[in-house]
Amino acid sequence: MELLVAIMVGVLVAASVHLMLARNVLRFLFGLILISNAANLTIFVSGRLTPEAPPLIHEGTDAPLQTVANALPQALVLTAIVIGFGLFAFALALVYRTYQNLGTLNSDEMRLAEPKGEVGK
Amino acid sequence: MSWILAAPIIIPFATAVLAFLFRRGPEGRWLSVAGSAGLLIASGFLMAEVLREGVVAAQMGQWAAPFGITLVADLLSAVMVVITGITGLAVAIYALADVDEAKETLGFHALYQVLLAGVCGAFLTGDLFNLYVWFEVMLISSFGLLILGGKREQLDGGIKYVTLNLVSTILFLSAVGLLYGMTGTLNMADLHGAVQQVDNPGLLIVIAIMFMIAFGVKAAVFPLFFWLPASYHTPAFAVSAIFAGLLTKVGVYSLIRVFTLIFTTDVAYTHTILLWVAGFTMVTGVLGAAAMNDFRRILSFHIISQIGYMILGLALFTPLAIVGAVFYIVHHIIVKANLFLVAGVARRIAGSTDLSAIGGLYKTAPLLGLLFLIPAFSLAGFPPLSGFWAKYVLVKASLDAEAYWIAAVALIVGLLTIYSMTKIWGAAFWKPHPEGLSPKLTALTARDRAALLVPIASLAILTCIIGFFPEPFVVFAERSAEQLLDPTEYVVAVLGEMPDIATDPADVAQLEAVE
Repeated sequence: MELLVAIMVGVLVAASVHLMLARNVLRFLFGLILISNAANLTIFVSGRLTPEAPPLIHEGTDAPLQTVANALPQALVLTAIVIGFGLFAFALALVYRTYQNLGTLNSDEMRLAEPKGEVGK
Repeated sequence: MSWILAAPIIIPFATAVLAFLFRRGPEGRWLSVAGSAGLLIASGFLMAEVLREGVVAAQMGQWAAPFGITLVADLLSAVMVVITGITGLAVAIYALADVDEAKETLGFHALYQVLLAGVCGAFLTGDLFNLYVWFEVMLISSFGLLILGGKREQLDGGIKYVTLNLVSTILFLSAVGLLYGMTGTLNMADLHGAVQQVDNPGLLIVIAIMFMIAFGVKAAVFPLFFWLPASYHTPAFAVSAIFAGLLTKVGVYSLIRVFTLIFTTDVAYTHTILLWVAGFTMVTGVLGAAAMNDFRRILSFHIISQIGYMILGLALFTPLAIVGAVFYIVHHIIVKANLFLVAGVARRIAGSTDLSAIGGLYKTAPLLGLLFLIPAFSLAGFPPLSGFWAKYVLVKASLDAEAYWIAAVALIVGLLTIYSMTKIWGAAFWKPHPEGLSPKLTALTARDRAALLVPIASLAILTCIIGFFPEPFVVFAERSAEQLLDPTEYVVAVLGEMPDIATDPADVAQLEAVE
């Protein structure tokens, strides 16, 4: 089970690196979304996968009776997903606004803050 | 006890809410100043407590460590929070004159206070995942501050800043996940013991390198610094100053924390990499600065070369070197923020930050010249200012460690720093103004003049105090270095006792059994 998820993480990272190498900023952003999901899955797997065992404690006991899923990585992943969602919403808005103002999504053409040929003037 | 630790985080958050509610009136900016003053006072209490009691720790929500979130302050954390309070207050006062009403209505002061809260949180947390959360708090507010105003240059710089920082964040998150998978804990004090039990040291080094890269992007070290000179010269001057002072230093702090507390299992390997990184960071930063022709862009590249000195202290990993790193961070935050504030005043009265478009400031505004010279000389390492002692300790430490080449690099970079400071001095202060203007400080209204110059003068005086009376600061840095190199006190403060090594493999075995 862990092996399958690990392979999936690998495929996700490979796809996202391919996207992030593009000059188009929007593609880069899509790559970033993929790789953040790969990171979330990494945390999820590192808590070990235990199928069909929800982390519930029976009434009247202090601890689960049998081996259950590790709840902590799930909490971490939830936090990371929420934070990531906010960041990507911001990043998408920023890319859209940049496209409106600069008229390009090609990162090679974004040289306003660091104009070419200025060095050594 | 726990209030003392939580106050530096709660005060800026509360101020942020109030400042956002009053963002349309003049109350907002005064709330921001009051909140920053409150933060400085709270950090003073925290420092007094840490000096009296040693490392203080508190468990949030009464969940015992290592299961709950721990806030912990040793001397390094405490001094970083105090410096955050000082720079925070100085820049908040400066922002009274520097930030226009349009930006205030958009929520400048609220974002600014959230940034301070994020920085303080990162300094005070004792949990790696919580550190990630504080990084995000810091990051999202810095995104907002960076592009506030929406000029085309800002959007351009913003894209690079946002994308590269998000990549580093994701790397950090993956490293946290993998480290949890290996050790079963994310509490930093608990990790100190847990990493010694790991039966696969090679994998641990891989994770250490992932942390090094993730924090390296934040700290802007070679070859990961490209987002910094692309963006730091675009926003309002108050924003540039607080970014330059604090943000990269959070990365340096995290590197110091993680590579003195957790990843000390193979110092010969990890810290040698850090040493090379430090050397290249110093050289590339200062050469970049020498090639630039804009006040703020020169200063941005100088941030990078100065980060190299701090990493150098960590990389040598001797008591004296750590003393140098701690001293350097404290000195650098004050000086660097101050130089950006001076650049803002020069822009206000002379009309530009492009060195070829301004001039004549020495003749018409000699006070500003003096206020520039103090931090500039300090940055370059002139005795008796604070930078001299910081560099002296680091060079002495590298000579003691027989790392002669890095000592030579540090000295040459210091010389080149003087070169580019002279370049700013010659172009902005000595040569006549190209358009024949005579920029005067009296051109500003009395209120603006006070708001702009009081923080600059205060920070300059602080630099002089550190320079003329370095002994208490060095003694403090020595105590801090002792705590960093022998984390027993830190671990005991968080966990209540040094973990019994014999019981730990059982925990690991239990985790394996779950699998």
